[in-house]
Amino acid sequence: MVAILRSEGWYKFRRNPLSMVGLGLVTLIVLLAVFAPLVAPYPTHAGAFVDFVNASQPPSATNWFGTDLIGRDILSRIFFGYQVSLVLSVVVLVIAVPIGVGLGLVAGYFGGWIDYLIMRVTDVFLSIPPLVLAMAIMGFLEPTLLNAMMAVAVMWWPWYARLAYNLSRSESHEGYVLAAEVIGAPKWHVLVREVLPNCLPAVFTKITLDVGFVILIASSLSFLGLGVQPPTPDLGSMVAEGAQYLPDMWWMTVFPAVAILIAVLGFNLLGDGLRDALDQGR
Amino acid sequence: MSSTFFKTIGIRLWTSALVLVGVSILIFCIARVIPGDPARIALGPNATQEQVELLRERLHLNESLPVQYFEFVRELFQGDLGMSLYTNRPVTTDIGDFLPATLELVVFAGILMVMVGIPLGVLAARYRDKLTDNVVRLLSLLGVVTPTFVWAVFLMLVFAFYLEILPVAGRLSQGVDPPPGVTGFYTIDALLAGQWSTFGNAFSHIILPATALALTGIGQTARLTRASVAETYDKPYVEMAQAYGFSDRRIASKYALRPAMIPSLTIMGLDFAAMLGGAFLVEAVFAWPGLARYGVETILHKDLNGIVGTVLVISAFFLIVNMLVDIAVAWLNPRIRLQKRWAG
Repeated sequence: MVAILRSEGWYKFRRNPLSMVGLGLVTLIVLLAVFAPLVAPYPTHAGAFVDFVNASQPPSATNWFGTDLIGRDILSRIFFGYQVSLVLSVVVLVIAVPIGVGLGLVAGYFGGWIDYLIMRVTDVFLSIPPLVLAMAIMGFLEPTLLNAMMAVAVMWWPWYARLAYNLSRSESHEGYVLAAEVIGAPKWHVLVREVLPNCLPAVFTKITLDVGFVILIASSLSFLGLGVQPPTPDLGSMVAEGAQYLPDMWWMTVFPAVAILIAVLGFNLLGDGLRDALDQGR
Repeated sequence: MSSTFFKTIGIRLWTSALVLVGVSILIFCIARVIPGDPARIALGPNATQEQVELLRERLHLNESLPVQYFEFVRELFQGDLGMSLYTNRPVTTDIGDFLPATLELVVFAGILMVMVGIPLGVLAARYRDKLTDNVVRLLSLLGVVTPTFVWAVFLMLVFAFYLEILPVAGRLSQGVDPPPGVTGFYTIDALLAGQWSTFGNAFSHIILPATALALTGIGQTARLTRASVAETYDKPYVEMAQAYGFSDRRIASKYALRPAMIPSLTIMGLDFAAMLGGAFLVEAVFAWPGLARYGVETILHKDLNGIVGTVLVISAFFLIVNMLVDIAVAWLNPRIRLQKRWAG
């Protein structure tokens, strides 16, 4: 049964050209990030490399996307920037998703005061604009990659709590949950073995979409100087650095900016495609 | 007007008040519980122990946490958010000075979002799966996936640097005096004072930042409006209107759009409020002297009171907007507005 659904979903997914574009972009970005040290033209330029002779060069045959203020190859730094962005996204989601989904499931399934408590706390987190909450947290922490991950994770979990809450509330009225309860299965068993697996497809779809949006928020943070610090290659800080030298040295800003856009776009198309495919398959 | 309508509003007011208390606790916790001495962080490594002690005293940092929170709320109710360590002025004065610029920006962006996003969405739904639809969907997708600061930089590059038709930064050109302050919105103040050239100047300055800020919201609004209008086009009452031979225009505006507006309105409220987050990025790019810029400065200078004040004001605004949207939704939804008449 599962196999049939999967193949139907895959068929649906494959038929949509935009979903395939998304899959292609995501595959490309992941490969570039993983193999950055091998595919980057100048792997040493990822760190605190300095070459003043070749500083601020426009795009050329040797440096396709030009060089930055201290002579580092922008293309190479974009590949390593993808690496940093992807690691950040994955860590943020690995922290935020289990916390959010766990709390949301418990609130939705058990109801009562525990529901009220968890969901009001969630409301509090959701009533501070996302970027502002992350910035406020960064305001009291050292600007490092790890702290940026923590700040973004703190602002991210409530969205998963909301999602899991709605899912588990509707699932807990389904026949199979009642059946499990009637035969005397313990509550925790029902929650973990019956409710949770049926919420997972929606959660995974959201995760795919969110990889892109975490990259977007994290790059916004570092654009403001509140995220990853140099010399770590980061797309947001590259845009910010180059923006000071517009319009003359446009390549320092435009290429990293487009790189962010492509990453968010890719994950978005892939996520949308997955959602459509799974919806239809069910 | 039904009792259900007022009951909805009453419940909403109560939860908003509760959430606002929660927000104040959360911000307080972020500011005080995170490891490290806020006074030491604010003063930097070169401050003497005495200076740090003095500041700790002033910020009530030597009291227990509940006492600190109580002090914080007591001062808050007196309209006192403490002194900004960055500007050396009361935080409330700073916010009073910087908030109007941000509000002006956000209001302009909000108007753009509604005026552009909804028509685009309706257009796409009306010509579903045709070329128009695909173009709108592609554009709105681009709007959503492009970070606000990237929009800001691109718009600046194209319209301010290459085409040179709009100013690069700030609220007014050098040498132009701000209009007499009534609302703090330069465009409206200039109109009120009858200063046409100042109005033109302020207006030309706000176009690029407001557009950069609005584009994400325009994309979201267009996508959502398209989806919900397309859904209502499949409803029996639209089919009925078509069977009656009503014009396409009448069906689009009267039968398909109105019920479709309810879900869109909620999301637009969220998007509008989220613009306060985007404002941080736009103000940074366009050197817009607003609250968001002040917020970034306080964060970079580790100014405890400044950060807490800014976040609190922004969250309060966020809550108020969402509350107003909920009331508007309750008002628009005949099921809530007219419930009494139905019941009997």
